[in-house]
Amino acid sequence: MTTTALTVDAKDVVKRFKGAVGGPALNGITLSIPKGQLTALVGPDGAGKTTLIRLIAGLMKPDSGSLYTLGIDVAAKPQEVQDLISYMPQRFGLYEDLSVMENLNLYADLHGVPMDERRERFDRMLSMTDMAAFTNRLAGNLSGGMKQKLGLACTLVRSPRLLLLDEPTVGVDPLSRRELWRIVQQLVEEEGLPVIVSTAYMDEAERCKHVIVMTEGQVLAQGTPDELCRPAKGRCFVAYPREGELARTLQARLIDDKRHVLDAVPESGAVRFIQAGGTEPRDLEGILLGARCEATPSRLEDGVMTLLRERATQDGHEDAVETKNSSVQLDTKDPIELIKVRDLVRQFGSFTAVASTSFSVRRGEIFGLLGPNGAGKTTTFRMLCGLLPATSGFLEVAGFNLRTARAPARARIGYVSQKFALYGNLSVTENLTFFGGAYGLGRQELYAQVERALDEFQLREKKDERSGELPGGFKQRLAMATALIHRPEILFLDEPTSGIDPLARRAFWRRITTLAAEGTTIIVTTHFMEEAEYCDRIVIQDAGRLLAIGTPHEVRSQASGAANMNEAFLEIIKKARESRQTGFNAVEA
Amino acid sequence: MMQTQSTWLPRNLSHFWRRLRALTIKEFRQLIRDKSNLAIGIFLPIALILLFGYGLSLDIRNAPVAIVLEDGAPMARDVVAGLRGSDYIAPRYVTTMAEAEALMRGRQVDGIVRIPSDFSRQLAQGRGTVQLVVHGTDAATAASLRGYVSAAIDGWNKRRADSAGRVSAAPGVELVDRLWFNSANSSTWYLVPGLIVLIMTLVGGFLTSMVIAREWERGTMEALFVTPVRSLEILLAKIIPYFAVGMGGLTLCLVAARGLFHVPLHGSLWVLMVSSMLYLMVALSLGLLISAAARNQFLASQVAVIITFLPALMLSGFLFDLHNVPTGIQKVASILPATYYVELARMSFLAGDNLNLIVRDWTILIVQFAVLITGARLRTKKTLDR
Repeated sequence: MTTTALTVDAKDVVKRFKGAVGGPALNGITLSIPKGQLTALVGPDGAGKTTLIRLIAGLMKPDSGSLYTLGIDVAAKPQEVQDLISYMPQRFGLYEDLSVMENLNLYADLHGVPMDERRERFDRMLSMTDMAAFTNRLAGNLSGGMKQKLGLACTLVRSPRLLLLDEPTVGVDPLSRRELWRIVQQLVEEEGLPVIVSTAYMDEAERCKHVIVMTEGQVLAQGTPDELCRPAKGRCFVAYPREGELARTLQARLIDDKRHVLDAVPESGAVRFIQAGGTEPRDLEGILLGARCEATPSRLEDGVMTLLRERATQDGHEDAVETKNSSVQLDTKDPIELIKVRDLVRQFGSFTAVASTSFSVRRGEIFGLLGPNGAGKTTTFRMLCGLLPATSGFLEVAGFNLRTARAPARARIGYVSQKFALYGNLSVTENLTFFGGAYGLGRQELYAQVERALDEFQLREKKDERSGELPGGFKQRLAMATALIHRPEILFLDEPTSGIDPLARRAFWRRITTLAAEGTTIIVTTHFMEEAEYCDRIVIQDAGRLLAIGTPHEVRSQASGAANMNEAFLEIIKKARESRQTGFNAVEA
Repeated sequence: MMQTQSTWLPRNLSHFWRRLRALTIKEFRQLIRDKSNLAIGIFLPIALILLFGYGLSLDIRNAPVAIVLEDGAPMARDVVAGLRGSDYIAPRYVTTMAEAEALMRGRQVDGIVRIPSDFSRQLAQGRGTVQLVVHGTDAATAASLRGYVSAAIDGWNKRRADSAGRVSAAPGVELVDRLWFNSANSSTWYLVPGLIVLIMTLVGGFLTSMVIAREWERGTMEALFVTPVRSLEILLAKIIPYFAVGMGGLTLCLVAARGLFHVPLHGSLWVLMVSSMLYLMVALSLGLLISAAARNQFLASQVAVIITFLPALMLSGFLFDLHNVPTGIQKVASILPATYYVELARMSFLAGDNLNLIVRDWTILIVQFAVLITGARLRTKKTLDR
């Protein structure tokens, strides 16, 4: 065994999967990660982040190149490495039929943690994760955020020499996300533990000392967050929409001008964008239409987006959204209320998942449901789709009372669930045709709609491929196309952007804003708080109760002093929980 | 392949025992908490015992048979009187063949016994014929029915010969055989040993086929791999609880066999127990191999049914005699572990210990176990590469 100062030392690592189409998963990775620091892996889906982490953990062998983890040749002696490291896979293997304590004990036994050390370690882990009260609960009955925290606790039953975390915060709400990071940072500070973490959240990467940007199996750039901000330096601006214009309308115009704008996102009622290199102020005049524009310092996300976009332009493949309708602007004061909810209640036994909730959604609105894991979002969602009957209250969707006319209401809605819910072994066209038929489209209508969907969602090139084998971005487009095949008035999207990289998320939201502009009503849940800025109105739920409702601006001002939606969200939840002063437990509704 | 021995065999035995214990406790907990496992492990054996013991019997009872008396002579009536007295046949008298055929087509009777109009005349000449028509869709019932009817006729022949004071030809050996077996509820005796095989196959092959696949599906395998655990420990921890369940099923079967059905045990109990343990180990390792190769619970359970349960039911000699099948199928049967266990179990229950047979079959089972468990271990390498 050699001792080196490097945690990971990789030279020309190549990994190819048998039968995989396209290039290798890892295509010549050369990296050195020094000891004792927090390192982030970022990059789009399919960049090879998970594969690299698995190679570092000795779970796979590279096809060529050399890879040393903690100075050990990991391909030759995987067990030696595994005796020293802790690794939390994307889907951590908790035994759902074992209790919290039984899971902890199992991993402690496997790692050989002595009994006296164990008590102290468990106490620390349980208090860090706030789970001391739930040690007897089955892991399967925990909320998503708590499962992730337990997964981390099980990973850390002993002090490893290296901690590997593969997207630990996918599908986790901002509250649990903050707690997970607090735990990781505490360990880094107190134990000097080296951590390698892959993440889709740039604000998480910003907390790391070293950031590695990967794309297509290669390292695109690496450095400190500050260094990686540089590519976007002097090119970041904030544009304030004119009176009466929606931020997302301005954002749509900006992001559509691919030649001059690299990235644009709505933020705090304005639009933040990055200019492409060589862009003059007058190039943007026709887009800004007089909107006030200010320079702003660049962030890590800007730097990474710039790198990725410039790379994608070089390679000449971009996920360009068909935006022929971007000029269509619907009157947002459309008074027709498509969804009316009054005093909605849903109980499961003695547990109240949704308590007396009222709101309404107008035609063509983008309406966001936000809340921590277990807040009752999914339950509300299912009741709106007619998948779950309400315990009491009034619920009207597209003019139909869901108590008496569930079927006609369903014909007016489209639903994209959190998981990929299409037939994996049917082709793209077969899935579209099947769901169109299930919604009762006639033959000619069906044919026309399938053809339209293939074009509109850019699925034509893969129309005969099996859906289950499509890359992530295609799968998501297919799911949307399927939900829209019968031209519904209302589209429900349950966490559509969980685990999706920033580039694909921009394209996704551009599609949503186009749909809304055409008059489709959108109801969406998300854990990315900044995405709430695309919405006309949002609600924040916690423990089944509605805490805030209004435009993003109104909700932000409800939490005084919050700079962005993430802070506003955390503030509103905190206030509500303090005022209740009861032991809250996040049970998945 | 640079895989070192250390991945399989731990250097430090105390660590080995500690990890094995932790994993085994985990498996037991999961087994107990998963109600579908308990249902297959305990309730299914009980259901099968009752079903096979009381419901399924290869004997027939009160089979409806139409009797066409075209000849009204006392001699003809006397012949069919022998049929009426048995438990096996419920006669229905009709006068024309057409009526009988209608009953047969409506499946209201399983067979027709026809006494032709010239029966007494022909009998007087020494060669009376009775026509028997059997519904052939159910081969087993048909064969039994033919046996009973000819036995009844033979019986009558014999009585007549005796009363006439003449020495008659000896009745057909096969008929005597059949009658002899039917003196007790013999098919239950014959079925119970086979039933034990079936239950052990279910527990060993079918239940375990899911357990490794489940770990892959739920992502727990990946988390387990990055611990000091060795693949042998994972496999052993899975074998131990299901071995216990299988032995529990065996005990249930033995109690039922002796207590409910009074099946005799001619051989020694310990030979039966060792045979059962050996077979259970083979079935467990086969289940684990399937599970490790499939990595998908649905696929694994389908494969397990096709290559363990169905062959054990159809080809092991449990239901169908292997002497009468084509050589191709005999070859398949000869590589099935279940074939040898059926042989051993029948020997223990019905025939008594036979040293040659024991040595041969035990050796075969041990070799099969060694091959399968090695296969399962090779398939459970600590890597995500396939």
